[in-house]
Amino acid sequence: MSFFQVQAPKKAVKHAYDPALQPWVEKYRPKTIEDVSSQEHTVAVLRRTLTSTNLPHMLFYGPPGTGKTSTILALARQLFGPDNFRSRVLELNASDERGISIVRDKVKNFARQTPRTQAVSSDGQTYPCPPYKIIILDEADSMTQDAQAALRRIMETYARITRFCLVCNYVTRIIDPLASRCSKFRFKPLDPSSTSSRLHHIASAENVHVSEEVISTLIKTSHGDLRRSITYLQSASHLGGSTKPPTPITPSDIQEIAGVVPDSVIKDFAATLGVDAVGDDMEIDSPSKKVTGFDSIRRKVKEIVREGYSGTQVLMQLHDFVIEHPTLSAHKKAQSALVFAEADKALCDGADEELWILEVGLRVHKAVS
Amino acid sequence: MSLWVDLYRPKTLDDLHYHEGLSNRLRSLAASGDFPHMLFYGPSGAGKKTRIACTLRELFGKGVEKLKIDQRVFMTPSRRKLDVNIVQSNFHIEITPSEVGIYDRVVIQEILKEIAQTQQVDISAKQRFKVVIINEADSLSRDAQAALRRTMEKYMSNMRIILCANSTSKLIAPIKSRCLLVRVAAPSEDEIVKVLQYVASKQPFRSIDQNVAREIAEDSNGNLRKAVLVFEALKMQTPDLSGPLTIAKPDWETYCQKVADMIIQEQSPQRVMEVRSKLYELLVHCIPPNVILKTIADHVVDKVDESLKADIIHWAAIYEVRLRNGNKKIFHLEAWVVKVMTLYKHFFFGIDMDGFD
Repeated sequence: MSFFQVQAPKKAVKHAYDPALQPWVEKYRPKTIEDVSSQEHTVAVLRRTLTSTNLPHMLFYGPPGTGKTSTILALARQLFGPDNFRSRVLELNASDERGISIVRDKVKNFARQTPRTQAVSSDGQTYPCPPYKIIILDEADSMTQDAQAALRRIMETYARITRFCLVCNYVTRIIDPLASRCSKFRFKPLDPSSTSSRLHHIASAENVHVSEEVISTLIKTSHGDLRRSITYLQSASHLGGSTKPPTPITPSDIQEIAGVVPDSVIKDFAATLGVDAVGDDMEIDSPSKKVTGFDSIRRKVKEIVREGYSGTQVLMQLHDFVIEHPTLSAHKKAQSALVFAEADKALCDGADEELWILEVGLRVHKAVS
Repeated sequence: MSLWVDLYRPKTLDDLHYHEGLSNRLRSLAASGDFPHMLFYGPSGAGKKTRIACTLRELFGKGVEKLKIDQRVFMTPSRRKLDVNIVQSNFHIEITPSEVGIYDRVVIQEILKEIAQTQQVDISAKQRFKVVIINEADSLSRDAQAALRRTMEKYMSNMRIILCANSTSKLIAPIKSRCLLVRVAAPSEDEIVKVLQYVASKQPFRSIDQNVAREIAEDSNGNLRKAVLVFEALKMQTPDLSGPLTIAKPDWETYCQKVADMIIQEQSPQRVMEVRSKLYELLVHCIPPNVILKTIADHVVDKVDESLKADIIHWAAIYEVRLRNGNKKIFHLEAWVVKVMTLYKHFFFGIDMDGFD
């Protein structure tokens, strides 16, 4: 197993390495499935497998940062313990070559091996160590159709001694025959309260002082992606802690790290388009309202592009602003939403950002005026 | 003798002229020994690469400036050979994977694994890790970006990645969430003026006229590289930099302007043919079609009635996407030209009819 020969020395090095330099995401990865936040249903099912030593093939799907990889790694660790882990688990992800040839050689070879007898665990604990191996195919939705098709028969033939766990974001990208061989587990985005408790736990373990506002900004910017919020927290504490007198983390730091466009910029842009923030509506009456036209919108767009904000981010935030606007009529909102949808598709296709921000600006302007 | 742009490129974080706050952050990050993966983004000519180079220098000291250029051959699974140029020093390696088009995944996988699995052997090195700089990260294919995901976490102890991109729109969310995002905004006009004056002070003529500097800054549109290049060109043309200055526009831009004028002057099938030949001329000279479309649209919009402007931009945006997805660029350029002509003609037609009624 060349895979493990390469792997083994690297692991050893990692442990010798200063844990302070490890990303927190790795450092605070759940050690047992009980630690996994807010996926009660999945955890309840998996807990039973720990005692019954019976595991189906599994398909984990859900948005990024909800704990899919963490769960299966934690489960494998609990099943096999650290000593057997290496001989019983094969983890392949998108960074490994995963064409059809790999499925035929590496996966098949690993799958057909009879599991080695259980090594005595060095840490004195007993692990269930059931008589099968686990193959984890991480990011399985980036596997080619052919490679997935090649897996079908392998999964069945060696089902006695090998279990597969496919992990993916989009379950639709997994071909049906594979999906029907697995029991599916959906991972839902984390709810704010469990995210916040996890963040608090990490912050206190790392001796970083964070205020409630910072936590709420983290939750807002990460949209239920726990990994993202932990990374942001770590980056922010880098920035804050690396100056000579350590500066406290502020919500605006988090926004900058997350690449979020400041609210004032979006508000300003929206005002140019004729969508005023509600507070201002009262003060500025229609006669004194500044005339907005093509040229002012174009100037504003140029400014935004020069500041280097990302196009999708600007559009997303503008979308939120317009759609949640309390006084605009539903008809206007619907028309604007149509424009945003088109622009998103265009940007996904790699269209020019400046042109499309301008286009959205002009059409929203037309829709609301 | 090298160009002023290269000659006066700042070498350390202290030499940088603008975005002081950002420089301070980079400096403290480099000093903390706890350096994250980074993603630099911002418009071109804002100083992303310069900042990356300065950060590296701060991290590793003078050694990073000893560069060597290497050509490496990679093999795709289908046995195709790929030649990739890489720039490297003892401490870092710089690649532009988008050079090899859809095979960028292979390059990323091979290079990163190779770097990740070797440790820094130089004991005197300041940092334990090596840095991989990936240029034009926004043109990485999805596969290549997916290949980066787990690697970035797994090999954190031996390697840090610095991505350099114009925009974060095309990067997948998992990559963005693993990096510290650093936005490098384009310099303001005042800042450009300051830099131009600094460049001038290093030259024998010592100073540059305030108005001249401002004019160059306005013309450069926030692109500092362009500003310095224009400044040098102007200096060559008129050594004393006095009198009315004409900042020479690139000839393709004047050509685009001509096309815009032609579209507005007359709208007929004949004129479409003439425009077509001009567009072909531009394409033949390797001007990117989306740049052509954008420039012409920009000029046309300046000359038409307010009510038409939005429509023209709308169609420009639509055809720009089609042009990217499509195969034959000229079709879409032409289609847009015809569309603009119809719009224009209809507009006048409509007014004429109103008058007659």
